[in-house]
Amino acid sequence: MARRALSVSVKSGIGAAALVVALIVAALLAVVSRAEVGAGFLSSDWAAIRFTVWQAVLSALFSVVLAVPVARAFARRRFRGRAILVTLLGAPFILPVIVAVLGLLTVFGRSGWLNVVFEAVGLPPVSIYGLHGVVLAHVFFNLPLATRLLLQGWQTLPAERFRLAAQLRLTPWAMFRTLEWPLLRQVVPGVTALIFVICLTSFAVALTLGGGPKATTVELAIYQAFRFDFDLGRAALLSVTQLVLAGAAAVLALSIIPSISMGGGQDRPLRRWDALGGAQRVQDTVVITLAAAFLLLPLCAVVLRGMAGLAVMPPQVWAAAGLSLYVAIISVLVLLALALPMAGWIASGRTGGTEAIGLLGLSASPLMIGTGWFILINPLMNPADLALPVTALVNALMALPFCLRIMVPRLRDTLQDFGRLSVTLRLKGWPLWRWVILPRLAPQIGFAAGLTGALSVGDLGVITLFADQERATLPLQMYRLMGAYQMEAAAGAALLLLVMALGIFWVCDRGGRWHAEA
Amino acid sequence: MKYLALAATTTLAATAAAADTPELVVYTYDSFVSDWGPGPQIEKAFEETCACDLKFVGNGDGAALLARLKLEGTRSDADLVLGLDTSLIAAAKETDLFTETAVTADYALPIDWTDNTFAPYDWGYFAFVHNTDLTPPANFKALGKSDLKIVIQDPRSSTPGLGLLMWVKDAYGAEATAIWEGLADNVVTVTKGWSEAYGLFLEGEADMVLSYTTSPAYHIIAEEDESKAAAIFDEGHYMQIEVVGRLAGSDQPELAEKFMHFMVSDAAQSILPTTNWMYPAVMPSGGLPQGFEALVKPENARLIDADKVPALRDEALAEWLGALSQ
Repeated sequence: MARRALSVSVKSGIGAAALVVALIVAALLAVVSRAEVGAGFLSSDWAAIRFTVWQAVLSALFSVVLAVPVARAFARRRFRGRAILVTLLGAPFILPVIVAVLGLLTVFGRSGWLNVVFEAVGLPPVSIYGLHGVVLAHVFFNLPLATRLLLQGWQTLPAERFRLAAQLRLTPWAMFRTLEWPLLRQVVPGVTALIFVICLTSFAVALTLGGGPKATTVELAIYQAFRFDFDLGRAALLSVTQLVLAGAAAVLALSIIPSISMGGGQDRPLRRWDALGGAQRVQDTVVITLAAAFLLLPLCAVVLRGMAGLAVMPPQVWAAAGLSLYVAIISVLVLLALALPMAGWIASGRTGGTEAIGLLGLSASPLMIGTGWFILINPLMNPADLALPVTALVNALMALPFCLRIMVPRLRDTLQDFGRLSVTLRLKGWPLWRWVILPRLAPQIGFAAGLTGALSVGDLGVITLFADQERATLPLQMYRLMGAYQMEAAAGAALLLLVMALGIFWVCDRGGRWHAEA
Repeated sequence: MKYLALAATTTLAATAAAADTPELVVYTYDSFVSDWGPGPQIEKAFEETCACDLKFVGNGDGAALLARLKLEGTRSDADLVLGLDTSLIAAAKETDLFTETAVTADYALPIDWTDNTFAPYDWGYFAFVHNTDLTPPANFKALGKSDLKIVIQDPRSSTPGLGLLMWVKDAYGAEATAIWEGLADNVVTVTKGWSEAYGLFLEGEADMVLSYTTSPAYHIIAEEDESKAAAIFDEGHYMQIEVVGRLAGSDQPELAEKFMHFMVSDAAQSILPTTNWMYPAVMPSGGLPQGFEALVKPENARLIDADKVPALRDEALAEWLGALSQ
C-alpha cells in the first residue's frame, strides 16, 4: 500500500494521547517539584529492579504460552455453557488483589485444598511461597486476559478460510501453520507486553506470595520512598524507572508485530471441520477442564467464604456498592472517549509503536499519580471533593492499554479490508464510524467497556489517598471491615464485589456481541 | 425563576448557619473513621459538648497521615492530627507543624508520659497471636528454634511491621541480626499491612501472626470466641502508643485544645477499647470492658525514646532486609 487507504481523523486520537501523557507527566513533575535532595538509587533498588523484571518476564511468558492451547480449544469448541464459562474465566483478572490472594491460598496454601489432598495420598506438602508462587498468582490473574485476547484474534479469522482449509483437507498441524501461526505472530507480542507491564507494577501479590523481602518490587520501593522515608526525589526516580521499563517492553513488542491482514470475509457463521477428530476433541476437553479447574477453584473459595459473610454484612457496604457502580460507569465513559479516537489513530498508522503511549497509564505507579495529583489539587480545593472523578479518570487510564489491545487489531483489519471501499464511497468522519467501524467493532467495544467497568469496581487504587468518611467505594469499605477484625463481613463484601464486577462485565460484553458467538 | 431564587436564599441561609458553627478538622487513619471504628461515636460525643462541627478525614495509616501532612505543609486545613504513634513522633516534630499542649491526665500507661506536644489516647503491646490449642514459645530465640510458622508485616509499609523491627532491636541490640536469621525459616511470608497478615492467619496459613495483646479481646467480646490468645515473650513487649497533637497553623486553637482534653476524658476513653481494640490511655471510671480482664499482660514494657527511633530504624531495617533476603 503506497499510501493510507482511509482517512480516519487522527486529530482527536492525538489529542486523547496527549491528554494521557499530560496527566502522567503532570503528576510526575508535581512530585519532583516537592522533592528535596534524597538518597537517589539505593543498592537494594537494583535488586528490586532485577527481581521485578525477572518475575514479570516469567509471568508474561507463562501466561501467554499457557493461554495459546486454552484459547485454541475455546475457538474450536461449541458447547452448552461455553459463554458463561468464558465470562467466569475472566473473573480472576478483575478481583481485588487481597480477595484473589486469599482465594488462591485456600487452594494452594499451607492448609489449602491441594495440600489436604496431597496429605491424604501421602505426598509431602508443597509451599506456594517463593518466585513460583508469584508467577502462579500472576498467571492466575493474567491467563484469562491472555486467553480472551487470543480468542479474539481467532475470531478475526474469516470463516471462509476454515472452509477452504477443510476443502483442502489440511491436517490440524498444517492448519496451525497456515492459519493460526500467522495469527499468533500478530497477537502474541502485544499480549505479552501488556501482561509484562501489569506484572511490573505488582506489589502486594509479589510480596505476599514471594514470601518476604526477597520479593521486593519497584512498586514496593516507591511505596517505601513515599511512606517510610518521605523521599519524593527517589519516589519520582523509581517511577520513571518503571515507566522506562514498561515503555521499552511495549515498543519492542509492538514494533515486531507484522502488519498483515487475515483478509476480509462475509461474516458467515464459523464452522470448524478441522477439529472433529477424536484426538483433537480429547485434547481440547482436557485443556479446558484444566484451565477451568485452575481458575475456578480459587473463585469457589471466594464464593464459599463470602456466603456466610453476606448475612453479617453491615448496610454501609450497600451504599459503598452504589458508589462503586457510579465510579465504574463514569470510568467506562471516560475510557471510551479516550480509547476510540486513540485506537483510530493507532490503527491508521503503519506500525503499532504508538500504542506504547497507552501503556504509560498502566505502568505509572498509582501512588505516584495519586500523590502528584494530590499536590496539584490541594492548593486549589479539597482533594476529597474530587475523589470520585479522579478515581474514575485513573481507572480509565489503567484500563486504556487493555482496551487499545482489544480494539486496535480489529480496527486495523477493518481499515485495511474496507478502507478502499469506504474511500470510493466517500465515507469519512461520523458516517464512517457509524456504518463501517462501530458495527464491526461492537464486540470489542463491549468487551473493553465491560473490562473497564469491572476493573474499576474492584480497584482500590487512588481512592485511599483521597477518600473521606462519606466517599468509600466497595473495595475500600471491604478493607475497612478487615481492619476492624470483621473478616467474615469483609468476605461477604468481597463476594458482592465479585458478583458486581462479573455482572457489569457480562452486561457490557453480551451487549457488544449479542449477534455473534464467542 | 421564583423557585430558583427561593432555592438560592435557602442555600445562603444554610451556609450562613454553617458559618456560625466552627469547624474542627481532624486528620486520622482510615480505620479510625470507618463505620466500625471509634470515629462516628467520638464525633457524636464531642459535638454534644462543643457547639462545633467535628470533621474526621481518614488517610491510610499513621505513616500515610504524616506523609499527607508533609505534602500539605502549612497550607493544611487540619486543626489536629490523631493517630501518629511513638515511632513517628520524632519525624512529626521535625516538620515544625505541631504546637505544644497543656493537656495532662492521670495516664494508665506503663511508662511516664513527658511529651508536651502530643497527648496519648490509647496504647497496646505488640504480640504474636495464636490459637489456644498451641503452646507458644517463651521468647524470640525459642520461636527461632521452633518450627512454628509466623506471618509478619513489612516494616516499610506497615506500622506493626515497624513495631516488630523496633521490638527486636530494643531487646537484642547488636544481636538483632542473629535473631532475625533465626526467625527467617519461621516467617511464612511478609505482608503489606496488618489486614492481609491477620487474614492469612485466620485462614490457617500460619501458627502465629504479629498483632496486639488486645486482639483476642475482639474475638472474645464481639464474636464470643475464646480460641485466640496472645503469646507472652520474656524479653518484654514493645508498645505502641497512639497520640493526638494540634497544628500550629490551626484557625481554631482553643477548640483544638478542647478536643485534646476531650480525647483523654472519660467520654472518649470509654469508647476506644471496644472500637479501636486498644487499651485506653486513661482508665475510664467504669473500668475496662468485660472481656479485657481475660487478656494476658506482659510484665515488662519496652519503648525506644522517640528521638532515637529515626537512626535506629534505618539500621534495624538494613539488618532485617539482610537476614530475610538470604
